[in-house]
Amino acid sequence: MATEPLLRLSAIAKRYGAVTALDGVDLVIYPGEVVGLVGDNGAGKSTLVKIVAGTLQQDRGEIYFDGADRYWASPHDALEAGIETLYQDGGLAPHLTISGNLFLGREIYKEGLLGRLGLVDNHAMRTKAMAELGRIGITNVSHDVAVATLSGGQRQAVAIGRAVAWARKLILLDEPTNHLGVKEVDEVLSLIRQVKGSGVSVIFISHTLPHVMEVTDRVVSLRLGRVVRDSPTRDLTLDEVVKDITGVVSVRK
Amino acid sequence: MSRQQATQAQQAGADAVETSNEGPEIKRRTGRVWTRTYRQELLLLGIILLLVVVFGLLNSNFLSAANLSNTAQDATETAMLAIAETYVIITAGIDLSVGAVLGLSGVVSAMVMGALTASLGGIGAFAAGCAAALAVGVLVGLANGLMIVRVRITPFIATLATLGIATGMTMVLTNGVDVQGVPQVAATLGNSVFAAVFTLPIVVTILAAVIGGIYLHKSRFGRWTYALGSNAAAARGAGIPTQKHLISIYLLSGMISSIAGLLDLMRLGTGSPLEGVNSELNAIAAVVIGGASLFGGVGTMVGSMLGAIILSMVLGGLIIGGVQPNWQTVVTGLLIAGAVAFQQVGRKASV
Repeated sequence: MATEPLLRLSAIAKRYGAVTALDGVDLVIYPGEVVGLVGDNGAGKSTLVKIVAGTLQQDRGEIYFDGADRYWASPHDALEAGIETLYQDGGLAPHLTISGNLFLGREIYKEGLLGRLGLVDNHAMRTKAMAELGRIGITNVSHDVAVATLSGGQRQAVAIGRAVAWARKLILLDEPTNHLGVKEVDEVLSLIRQVKGSGVSVIFISHTLPHVMEVTDRVVSLRLGRVVRDSPTRDLTLDEVVKDITGVVSVRK
Repeated sequence: MSRQQATQAQQAGADAVETSNEGPEIKRRTGRVWTRTYRQELLLLGIILLLVVVFGLLNSNFLSAANLSNTAQDATETAMLAIAETYVIITAGIDLSVGAVLGLSGVVSAMVMGALTASLGGIGAFAAGCAAALAVGVLVGLANGLMIVRVRITPFIATLATLGIATGMTMVLTNGVDVQGVPQVAATLGNSVFAAVFTLPIVVTILAAVIGGIYLHKSRFGRWTYALGSNAAAARGAGIPTQKHLISIYLLSGMISSIAGLLDLMRLGTGSPLEGVNSELNAIAAVVIGGASLFGGVGTMVGSMLGAIILSMVLGGLIIGGVQPNWQTVVTGLLIAGAVAFQQVGRKASV
């Protein structure tokens, strides 16, 4: 691709005490590209995502985003830059409502004096939250209840909905299809295509390789904190990806 | 959301309002939801009514204006500290130092007032004393917040330490003797009664509860408080400055506690080193009876205030009933255990 990359990671390294999680990772993401990040448990996928999301800070290496050398001191910085993240546990506050979660950290103030005093406009947030979720096809949720009372699939839908609704440049999806039924997985995958169509890039982490093969433009395989392959999805077979991940030559089923 | 997306969302929002009437999927708020949402508060109101009836039957003086005013007056200290404790407990924290801050701010304030009355006059000294009380609250609250956030000491231990320090300082400063020399203006303000039942402490407490309640339930500050207690990682992931927010919560707790100390000082007209001893127990009891969860994310200001009223009525009832005052703390402890046990049973039933 001739365009400038949206995100370029250069020699990213991260250690937890004696354990090396990432050992010099280079990665490039172009605008509107869906990239699958695969690897075994402990390969460093989640650590890498957390560094791009600003939740963790790298020990060494640089992040170039949107044409500039950047450093995220906190998730707030990454959010400001237009990066949304779906964390593996969903990252929702179970006691808040759907709109409370959707607008968490981005509350709409009431108009006038009350707003300037810090009071929020719950009605406006509720209306917009439902509209935003409806726009991406999530309708069968009641808006007044705490997220804790929703089913796992509904909760995941809300979490993905939040990421999609706010993302301007890049969405990081850490295992978005876990614990979902077949129909819900299809909805998530079609949502990813929809996002791609709007020019937003996606980093898609999953253990379920067929989902990765189905929706990505490119697959990056991590093993023991290093990139072992970075190829267009159309040039890859499922077996090759499995080999990358496990590091064994003879493929187990 | 970009501005363009926001406009789209707004338009789509307008559509949703029109169409949601026919959409059976989107459940609407109903009467049943209302009673379920406010179940805890309704239960507490029922308990209060029951207590009123029982105590009213047992002692005809109970429903007199004088006794109602006394009960409300007794409830103010617990209620003020419970306002602070509600915010803290919703973040899944605890502030054990509220009573000690109340006591220390009272005596420090009294000492400042006494020392400055000669040079500044009554009103000037009173104002300086108020500032000194607030300074104590800010100092201890900030110390709690910094220990918890920066040094990562658990709230229980951090505030236990400041409980010890503040209680000890109160004794060091006073030698256990009441501080005299508080200007008359303080006691006059603190004890004037209007509309038969309202005293300054009662009015200040009601105001604090209303403002504290509105901010807890309707402001961004309150929303972040719930988010922090509900899932701290999610709150941070959503870009909330969680560390700063937590420090603000403990700072607020210290300040409210010091205002409660001032109110006690104005009521008594002296700085008593015994004020605030064991008061954290009452505050925590009120909040837990009010339905807040010590695991965070759950609690309401109305619940905590009803909890404070119930606790004060029960403790007052013991006195009217001639029970030795030493039993009060025992009963408070039992109420905490009972309320938490009640929550646990409810939790299991609902899971």
